[in-house]
This record gives sequence, structure tokens and C-alpha cells, in this order.
Amino acid sequence: MLAFLVQRISQALLVMFVISVIAFAIQDGLGDPLQEMVGMSVSEEEREAIREELGLNDPMVVQYLRFAGNALQGDLGNSYFYSKPTLEVIAEHLPATLELVIGASLIIVFLSVPIGVYAAIRPQAWLSKFFMGVSTVGISIPVFLTAIVLIQLFSIGVTVNWFPSDTGWGQWLNEFFTTEGGLPSYGRGDELTHLFGTWESGFFTGTGLMHLILPSVSLASIMLPLFIRLIRAEMMEVLQSDYIRYARAKGLSAGRINFLHALKNTMLPVITVGGVQIGIMVAYTILTETVFQWPGVGLMFLEAITRSDIPLIVAYLMVVGLIFVITNTVVDLVYGLVNPTVKLTGKKA
Amino acid sequence: MTTATVSRWDRFRESFFWYSFKRDKVAIVSFAVLLLMVLAAIFAPLLAPTDPYDLAQINIMNSELPPVGMSGSDPAFPLGTDAQGRDLLSTILYGTRVSLMIGFGAVILQAFLGILFGLLAGYLGGKVDAILMRIADVQLSFSTLMVAIIVGAVFKASFGNLMFGEIAIYMLIFIIGVAEWPQIARTVRASVLAEKKKEYVDAAKVMGFGTRRIMFRHILPNTLSPIFVIATVQIANAIISEAALSFLGLGMPETQPSLGSLIKSGFDYIQSGSWWITLIPGLVLVVLVLVINLLGDWLRDVMNPRLYKG
Repeated sequence: MLAFLVQRISQALLVMFVISVIAFAIQDGLGDPLQEMVGMSVSEEEREAIREELGLNDPMVVQYLRFAGNALQGDLGNSYFYSKPTLEVIAEHLPATLELVIGASLIIVFLSVPIGVYAAIRPQAWLSKFFMGVSTVGISIPVFLTAIVLIQLFSIGVTVNWFPSDTGWGQWLNEFFTTEGGLPSYGRGDELTHLFGTWESGFFTGTGLMHLILPSVSLASIMLPLFIRLIRAEMMEVLQSDYIRYARAKGLSAGRINFLHALKNTMLPVITVGGVQIGIMVAYTILTETVFQWPGVGLMFLEAITRSDIPLIVAYLMVVGLIFVITNTVVDLVYGLVNPTVKLTGKKA
Repeated sequence: MTTATVSRWDRFRESFFWYSFKRDKVAIVSFAVLLLMVLAAIFAPLLAPTDPYDLAQINIMNSELPPVGMSGSDPAFPLGTDAQGRDLLSTILYGTRVSLMIGFGAVILQAFLGILFGLLAGYLGGKVDAILMRIADVQLSFSTLMVAIIVGAVFKASFGNLMFGEIAIYMLIFIIGVAEWPQIARTVRASVLAEKKKEYVDAAKVMGFGTRRIMFRHILPNTLSPIFVIATVQIANAIISEAALSFLGLGMPETQPSLGSLIKSGFDYIQSGSWWITLIPGLVLVVLVLVINLLGDWLRDVMNPRLYKG
């Protein structure tokens, strides 16, 4: 186990090193700090002097080591646009993204487990086939399109008059397909509760929760089909195993077998895959936050690109890279802990 | 020559492939829809009522007209017009063309990279394998979309808006191709590992053939069917990635729109009630991706020998 731990952690450090080299290359290749600091009127000699002073004429390796040293001390430079340390800017935007991810994860957990289990227990039922069909279509719909359709339906509202309104059923169908709208589709609302530090939460006010609904449903929609399929597949495999047949022969009730014995072993691989998927969600938060103008790190990153705010782009890369590396390493370690059959050294997948 | 083609056609008609295609309604419908869309995209310049790239044909007075069937529509614009007064049917035809070009282009690039690296990793093994697969693992753990967004962002920041707009189509093919190569490389490597244990590889070695000849002439042809399956699904993924990048403003410019940039430019007008500018291209995108995915599913079932031989 110790060898496994050391191997995984050293690998995580190596990946983090590569990310920092890429981030440094971007900063070095794209950012000219001089242009941001001094005006046009400064002479070439003065520029050269400032360059020398900032260490921009030092060899690459020296510059990289300085960059990495500062990064380790939590200094990734100042954002051009916000004129503040980049990590501070990220810390201000991170809570919004985290709440979005938490909201989406709650939806995923509470929907995918019952649906996945049901589809595994009754694979032939029409409801299961319906859910599987919907999830195939769901995978083909990009997350921003789901978000736009949700805005049209539940924020703007749709008035339907396709059916003849002089008949009773026509009237009923028209009303059935007409949606009210009215759900907020922009930002987080103005009633946020201050928790601690930079964390302002929308979980404790009515408007805050209302603002969370559409973005978290959109973000959940992209992962939900994957999880339903995964839980269904794992559960079906578990239901074939000997101990389940044994439990049935013993006369245990179906509910006890399905939800106590089978579900426990189904969730193990689901949790580890889920850990990695939550990391992948970061990419989708960029899309969701753009549609809903959600003031999280994804929107901040995109705005940093349009403003060519190089230090903020670089800081975002480093922070997101760190989040990815930590989640992946922790998931690997947990998997190694709960499943001792995994090869401890030299993973050959 | 003629007899050869006829016999090949006969062989095709008697193959399991054709047999299962004829019996699968989903596959037939998906294929028909896809064929229709590809043909419409290829012949867009002939089919489209107007040329959306030609500013002289656009009249701003026609902007935001609804599709036929709604009040205020103009029969000259069957799907309505966008905010600049462009005919939506024409922009969608041209947009599908751009999306398909990028989808196919990106898959050709990633197939090239994936096959090359997958063959090298699988056949040579050892250090080459370890390094290549580690890179693939790390890249996949970051999710291909994230890698594409970051590379796109860096390119955009370094080329500037105008320059990026001009070469966007090649940039997108490059970005998506590079971001997604691990998917194909993994598949190729897995089948190479299975193939290289077989006797014909030993025979070729004994006959003194070079490594390169064995890799590309002997092993590669036997790994083509899984590559074919995954490449189909990857076209759908590439089209979605392109749409996502364009939606974020990291893709095709509005002057040369893909389906993604059409959705993006229409999204700004959805609050004013002009839903068709964004939702009709969106529907076309979903149908395109869905039929490719369904065909991919069907191909996987047909080409997976365990499913029909076992």
C-alpha cells in the first residue's frame, strides 16, 4: 500500500510539474508585463532597465524556477483587469461554481440511483426502455442547448395554440403544452447569505435557490445519462452473482436483496467513476456559466480570454489542474483501499 | 475489372453487415437522415436560396422574421431570418457544411495520430508504451473538452480575433484532433496487443519482415473494425466539441458560421422572443449528432464478434 501511495503521489507531482511548465510557457509566450506596466512614452533604455529589474532577461530555467517558487507560495501574479492577486479573484468566484456543482450532483444522485436501479431490476418494463431511450437522446444534446431550451420553456415561457381551442380536448392540450416561465435565468440573484471568507451562498434564500434551479438542472443533464447507464450496467452484473441468487433462495424479500445487498456492491465502482466525472464537470461549468451568466470561475475564465488577461488565464489553469490532479489521485487511492485486488505497482490498464 | 466490382458487390450483399442493416429500422432511418444531411451540406451552394457569406444579398430590414406558419412571416424565408436579416435555411445549410467539415477533418487527424501512437505503443511496448499511455491517461482525465477549450483559448489569445477568424476552420480541426487522439489510440493499442500474439505476426517476423512493415501492413488491417466503430462516434463528439467551442466564442466567427456559432448568435435574441434563430440550428445539431451516435451504436453491435458469434 505504501508503494502504491508513493507511486500515485509522485505521479501527481509529475503531472502538476508538466501543468506548471505549460502554464509558464503560456505566460512567457503571450504576456508582456512591460506593456501593462508602462506607457508608450517610456524610452527603450528605460524599458531595458525595467526588464532587467524584473528578471525578464534571465535564462528560461531561472525564470521558470522563480515562477514555480512564487506559485508554491500562493503568488500567481496580479490580474490585469481586476488589479488584484489572481488567486484572490479565483477565490471570489469559486463558491458560485462549487454551489452549481453541488446542486447538479444532488440532482444526479437523487435521480440516477432510483432510475438506474429500476432499469436494472425490470429491464423489459416500458418505463425502463423509456428512460434508456431518453438517456441515449440526452447524450446527443450538448449542455448549452439543454440550457437554452430550459430557458425558453421555464424562464421565457411558451404559449401554445396548435390545437383547436373551441373543443374541450384542444383547449386542454394547449394548456398542457403552455409553460409559465418566470424562473430566473441570469446570475445568482441579490439575496446571498454570507457564510465565511469569500463564500456567499444562495442555498439559504428563496431567490438564491430559484436562481440555482435552471443552471444545476442543465449541468446535471449532461452527466445524468452516463450515471443511469453506469448504475444499470453495474447493478445488472451484481444481480447475476451467486450471493444474490443465494439470498433469493434463502427467501429474503426482494426489497432487502435489491436495496441492501445488491446496491451496496453496485455503488462501489459508481462512486469511483463518479469522482472522476465530477472533475470533468469543470469543463461543462464553463458552458453552463456562460449561458446563465453565472458569476463562477468558468465565466471568469472566458472573460479573461476575451480580455487577454494572461495572468488570470494562467492562474485558472493551475487551480483547475490542481483540482483535477487531487480528485484523480484521491479516487485512485480510495479505489486501491476498497479494492485490494487492484495491482499495487505498475498500473497496466 | 467489371466482374471484380460485381463480385465485390455480391459479396457485400451477402455479408452479415448488409443482412443486419436491412433488419434494423433504427439503422436504416439514421443512415437515411445522415445521408440526406450530408448531401444537403455538400450541395448547399446549389440548394440554399441565398448565399449567407455574400453581404450584398442581405437586407437588414428582413431581420428577425419568424418561420413560415407564424404571423409576420415571409414565404421567401421558410425558416425565418436571423438578427442580421440572413435567411436561416441558407445559414443552416452552410453551417451544417462547416460543422461536418470540421467533424470529419478532426476525426481524420485524430485517427492518424491515434493509429500511429496506438500502433507504436501496442507493438513496441516497454517505455514507448508507458510514456504514450501516460500522456493519454492524463489528457483523458482532464476531459477532451477542457483540453480543447484551453488550447483554443491560447490560440485565440496569441493570434488575435481577426486572424483567428480567418483560419478558424483549420484551427478547430487541429484543436479537436489533438484533444481527442487518446480515444482512438487506446482502442488501437488494445487490439494491437491482442493481434500481436497471433501466429501470423510470428510468421512475418520469422520471414524477416521489418517492424514497420509488420505494424502497418499486417497488424493494422486487422484492427480496422474497432477503429471504424470508434471513429463514427468520434465524428459526433467532434461536432459537439466544435459547437461548444463556437458557442464559447472560441470557434467559427459569425461571418462564416457553423451550427455552434449560429446557436450562439441566436442566443442573444432569445429573450426578445426570437426563439427560432437559436433553436432551429440547435435542433439540426441534435438530429445530426443523434443519427451518427445511433449508427455508431449499431456498428458496434454488428462488428463486435462476441455478440453474434458467441
